[in-house]
Amino acid sequence: MTSTLHDSQKRTFHGDHSAGHDGQGEEHRDLRLFGLATFLVADAMTFAGFFAAYLTFRSVNPLAAGAIYEQELLLPSLNTLILLASSITFHQASKALMGSQPDGYRRWLLISALLGSTFMVGQMVEYFHLPFGLTDNLFASTFYALTGFHGLHVTLGTLMILIVWFQARQPGRFTPDNHFGFAAAELYWHFVDGIWIILFALLYLL
Amino acid sequence: MTVALQSSPPNQQDSGSWRDYFSFSLDHKVIGIQYLVAGFCFYLVGGALAGMIRVELVTPLSDFIGRETYNQVLTLHGTVMIFLWIVPVVNGAFGNYLVPFYVGARDMAFPRLNAVAFWMLPPAGLMLLSSYFISGAAQSGWTAYPPLSITTPAVGQIIWIVSVLLLGGSSIFGAVNFIATVLKMRRPGLQLFRLPLFCWAMLATSVLVVLTTPVLAGALLLLSMDIVAGTGFFNPSLGGNAVVYQHLFWFYSHPAVYIMVLPAFGLVSEILPIHSRKPLFGYKSMVYSILAIVFLGMIVWAHHMFTSGTPPWMRLFFTIATAIIAVPTGIKFFNWLATLWNGKLALNSAMLFCCGFIVNFVLGGITGVALAQVPFDIHVHDTYFVVAHFHYIVYGGTVFVIFGAIYHWFPKMSGRLLDEHLGRLHCLLTFIGFNLCFFPQHWLGLNGMPRRVAEYDPQFQLINQVSSVGALIMAISTLPFLINVFSSLVAGKAAGDNPWKALTPEWLTSSPPPVENWHGEAPLVEEPYGYGHREGSLSLEALSGRELWSQGR
Repeated sequence: MTSTLHDSQKRTFHGDHSAGHDGQGEEHRDLRLFGLATFLVADAMTFAGFFAAYLTFRSVNPLAAGAIYEQELLLPSLNTLILLASSITFHQASKALMGSQPDGYRRWLLISALLGSTFMVGQMVEYFHLPFGLTDNLFASTFYALTGFHGLHVTLGTLMILIVWFQARQPGRFTPDNHFGFAAAELYWHFVDGIWIILFALLYLL
Repeated sequence: MTVALQSSPPNQQDSGSWRDYFSFSLDHKVIGIQYLVAGFCFYLVGGALAGMIRVELVTPLSDFIGRETYNQVLTLHGTVMIFLWIVPVVNGAFGNYLVPFYVGARDMAFPRLNAVAFWMLPPAGLMLLSSYFISGAAQSGWTAYPPLSITTPAVGQIIWIVSVLLLGGSSIFGAVNFIATVLKMRRPGLQLFRLPLFCWAMLATSVLVVLTTPVLAGALLLLSMDIVAGTGFFNPSLGGNAVVYQHLFWFYSHPAVYIMVLPAFGLVSEILPIHSRKPLFGYKSMVYSILAIVFLGMIVWAHHMFTSGTPPWMRLFFTIATAIIAVPTGIKFFNWLATLWNGKLALNSAMLFCCGFIVNFVLGGITGVALAQVPFDIHVHDTYFVVAHFHYIVYGGTVFVIFGAIYHWFPKMSGRLLDEHLGRLHCLLTFIGFNLCFFPQHWLGLNGMPRRVAEYDPQFQLINQVSSVGALIMAISTLPFLINVFSSLVAGKAAGDNPWKALTPEWLTSSPPPVENWHGEAPLVEEPYGYGHREGSLSLEALSGRELWSQGR
């Protein structure tokens, strides 16, 4: 009785989902996904701040004559497709998990992680071929800051997918009713994907 | 990790060991007190720094400390007081201690995250203070405006940025926790509109934290790239735009004022009804004005930037939005006065501090509305008028409430009452010292004394000395408080479970409360403010507004 709540918290936070309701009404619903969603709102606001700064720079601070900021669109467009595809494959993983196909959902997870890594490789290739460096001008700095901050998110997301993929080798680790780690990685991944769409539109297309 | 809670045998669970307070405890009450004590230690540091500022300003020349040291002291004072005392205490301490009680929960939604959020605080604070000894602290004020923050010594500025990022992260984690707790952890049958008002205040504050703190974090990341990597986001000489930093900074830092003051509004709304034995007047209008403050608070930031080349349409918009925010704030003040009206007032220390808050905050609010007017603002921008206004809000407002709340909840936290004589002495000295220190600064500002400089025109010397005497009285006022706390902890009168005969749930358990808050089931409090009479008994025979007021909900 004394430490029911803290015990159960400890168990759930360690990812052991065997902790059932002990009939004393001390357990509360699993709010971790709700908490993560709230945190992602905060994360989105960081990007919103960056986007606002970028748009203000663009409209108020004209670049010096001759500054290059037109970019090659082929690679980033391919990268966009790759990231979109990874969201779809993660969704497939989710559908497979809900249909209780352990092999299926692990495979889809791995494909999603590979697509995420491919995106990062594409980003690296793009960085090496850009005609401007970090401190060349205001646009260049903003470009690297925004894509770099987003790339950090993609890297973290890919790591999250790989961790979930690794955990999932244990049979019954994620079930249709109980799969917080999986759902967290999925939410985060879709979030990162959505941010990229806005970022792509603002940095490359605008 | 949960040793402190789980290793104690069941019989001793009520009386925690002092070691709990130095552990990674997951108990929301322990974490609340950790925030309170750590915050108060930083308050003493920030107060000592303020003392140095006031000593320096006794004479017009910088003869006590050098100019650069003065800048560092000023920066540390602002940063410590805001990020390590007021924000953590008014949110982290009282929010953590009270919100789980109020929603009828055994703990916060994420106890582990809660402990992580607290333990980010001491390292960040110590790192910030240590920067003074390593290489000199940041010199650009708590605002860290570029180009000043780019051109002053880099190491101190970078340490400052890292500390503030850590503290901001801690604040966001706390806010995520509060939102989940208030919205999702209420005991069955407890509706949102039955919650004590402090829960609404914490919910609103947390929404502000989640929406605005990340913007500051983003601005500081860009600023650190300017300092370290040589980019020119905010550096005009590299084609950048310093005003964009100001926009991003104030997008957080204006709401930060509400992050500091909304929880204080909530605490006052808890304390006043209990000590005037009357229901809180206008509960729903209180809730709606909190929500209005959240919305309006996010669209007024540029009133800090009227001298930053803001275009006329922007000045017009932000002046009007700022003036409108006085309306919901005013509603709250009238509601508090109506709560006091014809009440059976107990003029104890908690009540006196809250009354002091009402007086001070109204003055700060009036100067705030004045500052929102562009012509006036341009006249007094960057003068001591702004310093006076700001301190009336955060010290006269929030810090007064923090002390009132300590007098009110100390019996619950410790099981012992604080001494009332020392408490009233503390309140009197604080009120006199505070007003003596900051009221004359309005005059200084109106007459053109700029803020943030160690040297000033000799004509201002007398008034500065008056202000410094006030600061000395404020420093002295801490003594009766400290004596009171320590002597009461050892030999104070036993408080009993409910010394104030209050109805809110934290008083319906033992003092101090057991580990999971109640021995049995959490009580369902439908009417947290049902003092004096039952709901719905508003008499139809009431003839005058005064009679209605004395019975109003």
